[in-house]
Amino acid sequence: MNEEMKAIEVTDLTVAYRDQPVLWDIDLDVPPGVLMAVVGPNGAGKTTLIKAILGLVRSAAGQVLIYDKPYAEQRRMVGYVPQRESVDWDFPTNVLDVVMMGRYGHLGWVQRPGRHERTLAMEALDKVGMRPFADRQISQLSGGQQQRVFLARALVQDAQVYFMDEPFQGVDATTERAIVTLLQELRAAGKTVVVVHHDLQTVPEYFDWVTLLNVRRIASGPVDEVFTDENLRLAYGGRVAFLSRNGGSAPCNSEDSLEPNASSQETTDERTRIVQ
Amino acid sequence: MSQPQIEIQLIAAVVAVACALPGVFLVLRRMALMSDAISHAILLGIVLAFFLTKDISSPFLVIAATLTGVVTVSLVELLHRTRLVREDAAIGLVFPALFSIGVILISRFAGDVHLDIDAVLLGELAFAPFTRFVVLGNDLGPRTLYVMGGILLLNILFILLFYKELKLATLDAGLAAALGFSPALIHYALMTLVSVTAVGAFDAVGSILVVALMIAPPAAAYLLTDRLPRMIGLSALIGIASAFSGYWLARALDASIAGSMATMAGVFFALVFLLAPERGLIAIARRRAHQRWEFAQTMLAIHLLNHEGTPEEEEEYRLEHLHDHMRWEPDFAGQVVRGAERSGIILSQGKYLSLTDQGREVARRAIVS
Amino acid sequence: MNVLELFSDLFSDYTLRTVALGSAMLGILSGSLGTYAVLRKQSLLGDAISHAALPGIALAFLLTGSKAPLVLILGAAAAGWIGTLLVMSIINTTRVKDDSALGLVLAVFFGFGLVLLTFIQKMPNAAQAGLDKFLFGQAAALLERDVVTMAVLGTLALLAMLIFWKEFKLLTFDPEFGASLGFPMRVLDILLITLLVVAIVLGLQTVGVVLMSAMVVAPAAAARQWTDRLGVMIGLAALFGALAGVSGALISSTTARLPTGPTIVLCISAIVLISLALAPNRGLVWRWVRHQRSRRRLRGEAVLGDLYALASQHDDEDHGHSIAVLRAMNRGRGGVALSLEQLERRGWVHQVGSDEWALTPSGLAEAERLATSRGEASA
Repeated sequence: MNEEMKAIEVTDLTVAYRDQPVLWDIDLDVPPGVLMAVVGPNGAGKTTLIKAILGLVRSAAGQVLIYDKPYAEQRRMVGYVPQRESVDWDFPTNVLDVVMMGRYGHLGWVQRPGRHERTLAMEALDKVGMRPFADRQISQLSGGQQQRVFLARALVQDAQVYFMDEPFQGVDATTERAIVTLLQELRAAGKTVVVVHHDLQTVPEYFDWVTLLNVRRIASGPVDEVFTDENLRLAYGGRVAFLSRNGGSAPCNSEDSLEPNASSQETTDERTRIVQ
Repeated sequence: MSQPQIEIQLIAAVVAVACALPGVFLVLRRMALMSDAISHAILLGIVLAFFLTKDISSPFLVIAATLTGVVTVSLVELLHRTRLVREDAAIGLVFPALFSIGVILISRFAGDVHLDIDAVLLGELAFAPFTRFVVLGNDLGPRTLYVMGGILLLNILFILLFYKELKLATLDAGLAAALGFSPALIHYALMTLVSVTAVGAFDAVGSILVVALMIAPPAAAYLLTDRLPRMIGLSALIGIASAFSGYWLARALDASIAGSMATMAGVFFALVFLLAPERGLIAIARRRAHQRWEFAQTMLAIHLLNHEGTPEEEEEYRLEHLHDHMRWEPDFAGQVVRGAERSGIILSQGKYLSLTDQGREVARRAIVS
Repeated sequence: MNVLELFSDLFSDYTLRTVALGSAMLGILSGSLGTYAVLRKQSLLGDAISHAALPGIALAFLLTGSKAPLVLILGAAAAGWIGTLLVMSIINTTRVKDDSALGLVLAVFFGFGLVLLTFIQKMPNAAQAGLDKFLFGQAAALLERDVVTMAVLGTLALLAMLIFWKEFKLLTFDPEFGASLGFPMRVLDILLITLLVVAIVLGLQTVGVVLMSAMVVAPAAAARQWTDRLGVMIGLAALFGALAGVSGALISSTTARLPTGPTIVLCISAIVLISLALAPNRGLVWRWVRHQRSRRRLRGEAVLGDLYALASQHDDEDHGHSIAVLRAMNRGRGGVALSLEQLERRGWVHQVGSDEWALTPSGLAEAERLATSRGEASA
């Protein structure tokens, strides 16, 4: 790695829940201007990773630097898109209101959002194609529309680094394409985007970096180097079926093991020696 | 002890067990507050039936009150089904309204009769021995005892007969439906039982104690065991204990018997909350402390293993580094290191630490699990 | 006493004025702050807090010998707070669920409160008189100093709510996002709960411990039916609460043997019922109306479709078909005559001969349009 500043630097991050490890000793170095997927089996700690980085869950050890400063000092630089289910969409509020919440951090205490915030919110809604819905009750939105609202809220935060938790979960194809385009625009603008992703199939197509996680960091780096069958097997414990390797589809995540001789006796050295 | 005293305690014990039985299932099904709703709403049933029959001891009152209990549950469900109101809000809307109608009817039209507002909340357990159950000229004891005894038998019978269905419907409603047991039927049967019990107990102990006895002993039992039969048995025992101790507390303070029993039910819960093996606060705290200790040592091993053979190895292996990266206080870090040394996991050479083979084994095992 | 007299007395009669003001404050506070509890799915927390307050009131009296409102309020608030903390710690540290935790704290604290009350009752100087008004409320006994206390503390609580408006909105809607922005969500949580405790405790004198929870839940439930905006919802909840409080208190203080608490609760329940039925959009009455309208439309479409089918069989649009035939085709779906009337009004059918009907040209066009939109082949 060259000497340029890292956008995200995670060291020794460990999170335990009731003294069971959920994340062990995670080291992560993410350069700026990268669109990175975080993948791993269920329960691998992907959401926990994001939440631990953002300080939403307590970590047992480790630290997080954003552009070389501790996260706590850099909140303004970080945008967050939580999972859609984390919120009750029956709440009495409209789309514009939710998006403006993204500016609350900039407003600080007590200060109410005003015209400036409104304008910014409308611009963000424009970018996600939801401008005509500004007045709409959030309970009347479809899944894809809800996701776009969350994205707009993050955009309005005007951050340098974005963390998104399963933004493609349960959205229609059009919305999915729109979100990918948006993420790629962000990357083109030099932002760093970390996305917890559930669909292995689309990783090479959408992302340029990937981190494979299963309680420990299996591998992290550019997709071409790191998204290998071997690493996938390490991450998913030998229960991955490979469909086609040459261009196009990536391995799909299934419970059937088509590789009966998959070895799970890898030594630790192998795991930790994976490309950094 | 005099006979009335014995009788009062007996009645109280019977009430306690009769409440604990359906209470177990309410707690497990997350419907504990239905007991609150039902025990308040049945007042309306009692009052309406009283106006019709003008007879305070008519069995019609029991029927009407039980019906009101079931109606309450249906109303809550109805409200919830309109999708305009959430379930917990629905409960909070229905029972205060019904209860208020009941209270107003009493105040306005029955002020001078036996029904009196304090009794509604508290019951008149002290007076229970005075209404006797007389058969063929033989005084068999306080009427309340027989009424509650009957209800207790009913509850026991129901649970014995439908144990499988109740267990299934409570723990896995989907499976129950798939197997052909109607969870809705079980639900309403259970609610009817709760109503009957609340009605029977109402006269003696009032609505508040019914709620306390239906929730606190089962909740305490829930923290003491994983097995349903034991949970039922323990709830009954704790209920009885609350009844007896509550009675004596009330005598000592010359205060409300029902209120004292509710208080003692709470005290027993508090004791279990703190002292339960495994699930009590103290047990949890001790386990956490112990695990944090072991956990820290394992973390240390993994940390060392992780960086073994890497360029930062030298850096990471330094004792001072632990304090930085693991966010351990220097004291704690020192203790962990010494503990790990003693367990044979690591070797410390001056300021540098290194893993032993055993340590590597520990680390690997932790990772795989 | 008729309504007009009541109104004029409201301004001239000291007692009525005091009662009305106190009850209005109660309604405004519990309605607005209760909205947050309802939105956070903690509806019955109000029940627990108000029941838990009882031993606090009794202990405050036992320890200080004073029945000054401030003293009792502090005791109630402390007990309410402790009760809430216990509920939260039970939920967070054991596997006992939220409903059981609420129920047990509620019943046990209340039982303990009753023990204390009956204990006080036995004390020499008829001390308990005045304390058991907290069970069901006694608005008629409100003194000016009570109302002043309520007004001052209540205004402070409302101010706090307004000042931290966006923070509380964040806390209620998406606490995790709020935490990521750097807001201390736990502190805000404690603050909001404190405001709720204050609101509940201030209202206890008026509506009583047993029924206070209704004043926390019902105004918000009613308000939700009329609006989709948080600000309006809170405002409406406050309004409904005040309305119920004032009417209930007035009615009960001018009618014999009518305790205040239940009366107020019935008023707010009535408001809830009306809201559930009549609110535009969500209201059940409108739902029913909409349902009827769409049923009628569907029936009309069915008859139109039948006439169209018949016409295509006969190859003659003007051939009339008897109503009996149509009825037979629509067996099970009544109202053919009504549908025909409806269709005639829209110019799609006309009567030919007695009791026979046929499509008009525009009716034919409409029937074709419907058929193609349903994907059926046209004649």
